[in-house]
Amino acid sequence: MNLVLHVSKQLANAFGLLLAVLVLNFCLIHAAPGDPALVIAGEMGGASADVIAALRVKYGLDKSMLEQLFTYLGKVTTGDFGYSYYFNEPVLGLIGQRIPATLYLVLSALAMSVVIGTLLGIISARKPNGLFSQGVTVISLAGYAAPVFWTGLMLLLLFGSVWPILPVTGMTDVARPKAGLAYVLDVMQHLVLPATTLGLVYIAQYSRLARVNMIDALTADYVRTARAKGLPEIIVIGKHALRNTLIPIVTVAGLQFGHLFAGAVLVETVFSWPGMGRLVFESILRRDYPTLLAVLFFSAVLVMAANIVTDLVYRLVDPRIRSGGR
Amino acid sequence: MPPVLSVKDLSVSMNGTKGMVPVLEHLSFDVAQGKTMALVGESGCGKSMTALAIMQLLPEDFRVTSGSILLDGVEVLSASPKELRSLRGNKMSMIFQEPMTALNPLYTVGNQIGEVLRQRRGLSRRDAHAQAIQFLKAVQIPAADKRVDAYPHQLSGGMRQRVMIAMALACKPKLLIADEPTTALDVTVQAQIFDLLSELQDDTDTAIVLITHDLGAVAELADDVAVLYAGRCIEQGAADEIIAHARHPYTRGLMACVPHLQLGRAIDHLAAALDEIPGMVPPLGARGPDCAFLPRCAFASEICRAQPQPPLDRINAGAAVSCWRHQEIAPGAMA
Repeated sequence: MNLVLHVSKQLANAFGLLLAVLVLNFCLIHAAPGDPALVIAGEMGGASADVIAALRVKYGLDKSMLEQLFTYLGKVTTGDFGYSYYFNEPVLGLIGQRIPATLYLVLSALAMSVVIGTLLGIISARKPNGLFSQGVTVISLAGYAAPVFWTGLMLLLLFGSVWPILPVTGMTDVARPKAGLAYVLDVMQHLVLPATTLGLVYIAQYSRLARVNMIDALTADYVRTARAKGLPEIIVIGKHALRNTLIPIVTVAGLQFGHLFAGAVLVETVFSWPGMGRLVFESILRRDYPTLLAVLFFSAVLVMAANIVTDLVYRLVDPRIRSGGR
Repeated sequence: MPPVLSVKDLSVSMNGTKGMVPVLEHLSFDVAQGKTMALVGESGCGKSMTALAIMQLLPEDFRVTSGSILLDGVEVLSASPKELRSLRGNKMSMIFQEPMTALNPLYTVGNQIGEVLRQRRGLSRRDAHAQAIQFLKAVQIPAADKRVDAYPHQLSGGMRQRVMIAMALACKPKLLIADEPTTALDVTVQAQIFDLLSELQDDTDTAIVLITHDLGAVAELADDVAVLYAGRCIEQGAADEIIAHARHPYTRGLMACVPHLQLGRAIDHLAAALDEIPGMVPPLGARGPDCAFLPRCAFASEICRAQPQPPLDRINAGAAVSCWRHQEIAPGAMA
């Protein structure tokens, strides 16, 4: 199928889905208990019934839900996601500040788990019953079974007080410069623990996936052919077996992008990482609906973008998909 | 001139749950330059294991337990992994039964043919690509300059097997092992592939070990033939001699299983009607010292049951057979 046509179809699909996400989230939040006017009044240190009623009118909370929905959708199409009544700034600006942090976290966790997991899987596939392979299996299962927040807290304890060699909160050090290489290094240093915490769960999955697919590939006929051609082992494995092993890994990595976002909420909270995950957490606690809706919307945008990218990578790796073959 | 391949007393065993189980016993044969040796037999008789033992690509649980394999004067069995890599591709190569799975689905056929040349001959990517087109032309693939960039799934079964042949011959090996190269193909395509192999052999003087259960192919292509049954060679010799005067009851049974189109006239000892051999090849591990064909043999007698399987008995310059009663049951001797 033509690539342009394919991508436009995917974009059209994504657009429909995003509209559904907006409407559904809006309705869900309205169905949830809690009154934003009361929360705002609480923030103000208490207010009379008149003031609360005035707040309702000011924020349009007195109108019918359908009316509120259409007002919201209308504003969103102009790029206006409203004003956060907890953070006191436009939601769009707030999200713009938070998205990079979350992307750093999620992408480095994903890259780490895919690369390390695949490597571990491939090495253990060479001797599936060997000591290394069994060690990887045990560690994988432990990593997979441990809840993210628990792993996070343990790492935080370990590197925060027992062996304080890594920063455990925030994304930057106030005392360090905010530009240039020093800034990049600072962020990377702060990224180690949160990314490791988030990545550990997925390392387990990728190592299992890579292991089983590599074992499969190593017994495949085309690997025997490659050996019969007298190719060096590094090409037999690195070219012929590896690429076939990567296909399912690409698929799973794309699907897991959404899971990673969910995991990021916990990790960002534990490590005070200033990303969207923490924003979700804070906006739920504060009933900051405009912020919450926008965060959910942009998370959906990122997940869909990830799916489209996965699809393209998939076509790059597997020519059978590209040509719509058998 | 010494033979290109000389296999002596080759035995292969499988490391099973009950210890080492023999899958191939004491096989010996030579293949000279430009000649074709056919290994014939039913599934599970040890043909493919012979091929994989020569290539040293036996599956993990299989071991060569005795014998010697000399390829162009080099002992394959004691070669280091590095020496083996240089033997494979350069001096010996192999084509497999199922060309769909034997080619990597993720790389173009040009890439897969060219990588051998780049590795071995140090060719650049562009030169290897150009050479790959030449090889595709040599195996008579039409529009080779377009097909070179095709992926295996875009080619038909016959085309894929041609690609395999091109790949195997890319480094001009002295020995080509063809493991049932046509089993997965249509009958018309089978004939084309055999013709191609025979033409290429005339051009390149490659020695071929042809593994097949197609006796028609043996008659057409092979100079020599070894018939295997349950891991043992039971009849061996010049192909035309064996086909004209098969002595072992199993070989004769195999012949009778081949449909003959000349139904109008009976072909001397071959029955006109299509026959079958009753029973099945004994499974691995259930093979005693006595003749493995005994339970299925129509000619079995007391001597067969009392004695272990006889060694190959040389009848004449062109034939040897392993059967106690081959003289009594020879077509001429039968009442």
